[in-house]
Amino acid sequence: MKKVGIPQGLFYYYYYPLWEAFFRFLGLVVVRSSPTNKKIVDDGVTLAVDEACFPIKVYYGHVNELKGKGVDYIFLPRLVSIEPKSYICPKFMGLPDMIRAGIKDLPEVIDITVDLSRGDKGWQKELARLGKILNVNYRQIKKAYNYALEEYFSYRMIARQGYTRDEAIKVWQGEEISLPLDTPLHIGVLGHGYSLYDDFISMSVIKKLRGMGVKVYLSEHLPTEGIEKEASTLPKRVFWTLGRKMVGSALYMDKSPDIDGIIYVACFGCGPDSLIGEVIERKVKKPFMLLTLDEHTGEGGIITRLEAFCDMLARRKKRDEGYLPCYG
Amino acid sequence: MKVTYPAMGNTGIAIKALLKGLKLEVVPPPPITRNTIALGVKYAPEFACMPLKINVGNFIEALDRGADTIVMAGGWGPCRFGYYAQVEREILRDLGYDFKMVILEAPDFKLSELFSQLRALAENVSFIEAVRAVKFAWHKLRTVEIVERKREYFLPRVKDKEEAEKLYTRCLEALDRANNKEEVDKAWPEYMAELERLERHDEEILKIGLLGEIYTVLEPASNYNIVSHLGRLNVEVTRNIYASSWVNDHLLGGMLLKSDHKHIIKCAYPYLKYWVGGHGQESVGSAVDFARKGYDGVIQIGPLTCMPEIVAQSILHEVKAREGIPCMTLYFDEHAADAGIATRLEAFVDMLKRQKQRERKMVKERII
Ligand code: SF4
Ligand code: SF4
Repeated sequence: MKKVGIPQGLFYYYYYPLWEAFFRFLGLVVVRSSPTNKKIVDDGVTLAVDEACFPIKVYYGHVNELKGKGVDYIFLPRLVSIEPKSYICPKFMGLPDMIRAGIKDLPEVIDITVDLSRGDKGWQKELARLGKILNVNYRQIKKAYNYALEEYFSYRMIARQGYTRDEAIKVWQGEEISLPLDTPLHIGVLGHGYSLYDDFISMSVIKKLRGMGVKVYLSEHLPTEGIEKEASTLPKRVFWTLGRKMVGSALYMDKSPDIDGIIYVACFGCGPDSLIGEVIERKVKKPFMLLTLDEHTGEGGIITRLEAFCDMLARRKKRDEGYLPCYG
Repeated sequence: MKVTYPAMGNTGIAIKALLKGLKLEVVPPPPITRNTIALGVKYAPEFACMPLKINVGNFIEALDRGADTIVMAGGWGPCRFGYYAQVEREILRDLGYDFKMVILEAPDFKLSELFSQLRALAENVSFIEAVRAVKFAWHKLRTVEIVERKREYFLPRVKDKEEAEKLYTRCLEALDRANNKEEVDKAWPEYMAELERLERHDEEILKIGLLGEIYTVLEPASNYNIVSHLGRLNVEVTRNIYASSWVNDHLLGGMLLKSDHKHIIKCAYPYLKYWVGGHGQESVGSAVDFARKGYDGVIQIGPLTCMPEIVAQSILHEVKAREGIPCMTLYFDEHAADAGIATRLEAFVDMLKRQKQRERKMVKERII
C-alpha cells in the first residue's frame, strides 16, 4: 500500500479529517509528522528564511521530518482560497514552491491547488489532476471526496462542542476526552488555528488558561451566523478568511455578557495579524490582551502575562458583582 | 476641498498633475523626513509593513498643513495593501482629525470604474477635461521615467556624482512645475544634455537588477536611496518596476505600452507557479530574466515582513543556483541603520567585481 505523508502544521488543524478520510478511502496509508517538537522547530528555523513567520518555519520542519519516513507522496496543498472572494495569506499561495526550493529530494509532491474564490469549477479540475497523480479514476476520487466531506462535517460538529481543534481531531479518531468543566472566569481566545492549537507554537496557551481555572471560548464554539453578522459591520469586508472570522468572533465575544475578556494570540512577522490585531484592539471594549509569539518567546513571560490578565479579570468581576446587588 | 495623497517616489509629480487637472486644490505630502517616519511608527500598528507607516506619516503632515481630503488606493487582497486605507482611516480618526477619505478601488481593477470614481471626486469637471487630466498625468509620468532611466545609466559612468544627482533633482523639479505638455517637453532635455556631457571615468561598470516590492522600489526614502547609492559605486541599476508599466499592466491590461509582464511570469513559472499577491511572482520572474540577460547580480528589496517578497526570497536561492546569478535580499524598516546597509551594498558590489574579474581571467586563459 502506498503511503502519503501529511505535515502536522498549518491547515492540518482545519482539514486533517478531510484529508485523512479521503486518502484512506482510496486505500492509501496516511503518515503524519510528529506533533511539533524542538527538533522540528530547529530544523524549520534552519531551512526557512529568517524573515518567514513562525508557523511557516515550523511547517518546513514537519515536511523535513516526513521526508525521512519513507512515504511515497507528500501532501502539500496550495490553499489559495476556501470561499468566494477571500484568501488565506500570500504565503499559502506560494507554499509548495517555497518548500520545493527549500528542501531537496522530496518524495513526489501532491500540490493540488484549492482556489474557491471564484466558485468551484477549477476545484473539479484539480480533483481530476489529483486522480492522475494517484492513478485513480475520477469517479473514485469523487466518491472519496464525498466520503471525506462527511467525515469532515462530523469533525466540525465535535469541535463545536467546546473542544479545541486538536482535541476534536483526537475525539474524531475515537479518543475520549472530557470537556472542561465550567469555571467562573470566561475568556475568549483568538488566533490562527495552526498557532493556537499547536502546543509548541502557542506554548499551550489554552491548556495554561484552563489550568488557571478559566473556561476558554474559541471561534469554533460561537454560532457562525453571529460571527459573520459582526464581521459584516466593518466598513470593508476583510478579505482574509481567518482574519474575518477573528474580527467577527472578537466583536461577538465583546457583546456576549458571559465572556469577561479576550486574548489574541498573534504570530511575530504575520502580515494579516498586524492589521487584524489593530482593528480588533480599536473596536473591542472588554479587557483585551495581545500575545505575540515567536521562536524566542519564553514560557515564563507568557505565564506571568496570562496570570496578570486573569487576576485583573477576576478583580473586575468581583468588583462588578459586588456592585450589582446595590442596583439590582 | 484640499486634497492630499500618499507619497511614492516620483509618482507624486504625476498624481499632482492629475488632481490639479481635475481642478482640485492639492496639498502634496511634504517630502518624507525622519519625522514623517517617526510619526508613522508612533501611530501605525507596530508590525505593519513600512509603506503603511510612511502613509500615516504623510497623511498627518498633510492634514496638519490644511488638507481635508485623502485620496488613497484600495484593493481586494490577498496582501495587506487592500486593507491599508481602512486601518489608516481609523488611526487618523482616533487621533482626532476630521477629513474625508476617498478610496479608489475597483473590483478587478476595471479602468472604467476607476475613471468614474476619479470623476466623482471632481464634481465640476467635464468628461473631456477629466480625460485631458489623465492624459497629461500619463505624459508627465512617462517623461519622469525617461529622466529616471537616464540617471540610472549616467550616474555610474560620470566622475562627478554630486553634479549628476543635482542635475537629476533639478530636472525633476522643473518637470513638477510644468503646466502643460509643451512645458514638460521643454523642461527636461537641457538638464539631461548637461548630464550626458559630464566627464566619464573608465572604471568598470557593473549591472545590477533591482526588484522587489513596488513601494520600496519606487520610494527612495524607503530604500535608503539605493539607486543613488549603487550609482555612486559605479553600478548601473535596472529596476523591474516602473510606475507606468504597473499602470499599463494592471489598470490598462497592457493597452498602451509593449509589456513584458507575460514573459516575466513565464520566467517565474518553473520556480513559482502561482501569483502570491504584491510583486512576489514578478520578483522571481525578473530575477530569472536579469540572469538570462547577463546582469552581474540582482538585489531584492522590500519592507520587513513583506509577505509576497518572503515567498520570493524563499525561492530566489534556487534561482541563484540554477540560473547562476548572485542575489541579495535587503529588507527595510524603521530600525534599518544607514551604515549597516551601506556596508552590505559595498560588500555585495565588491563580491560581484571579484567574480567578474575571475570569470574574465578564466575566459582569457582558455582563449590563450
Ligand atoms: S497568515 Fe500570518 S502566520 Fe499565517 S502564514 Fe500568513 S503570515 Fe504566516
Ligand atoms: S506587498 Fe508587502 S508591503 Fe505591500 S502590503 Fe503586502 S506585505 Fe505590505
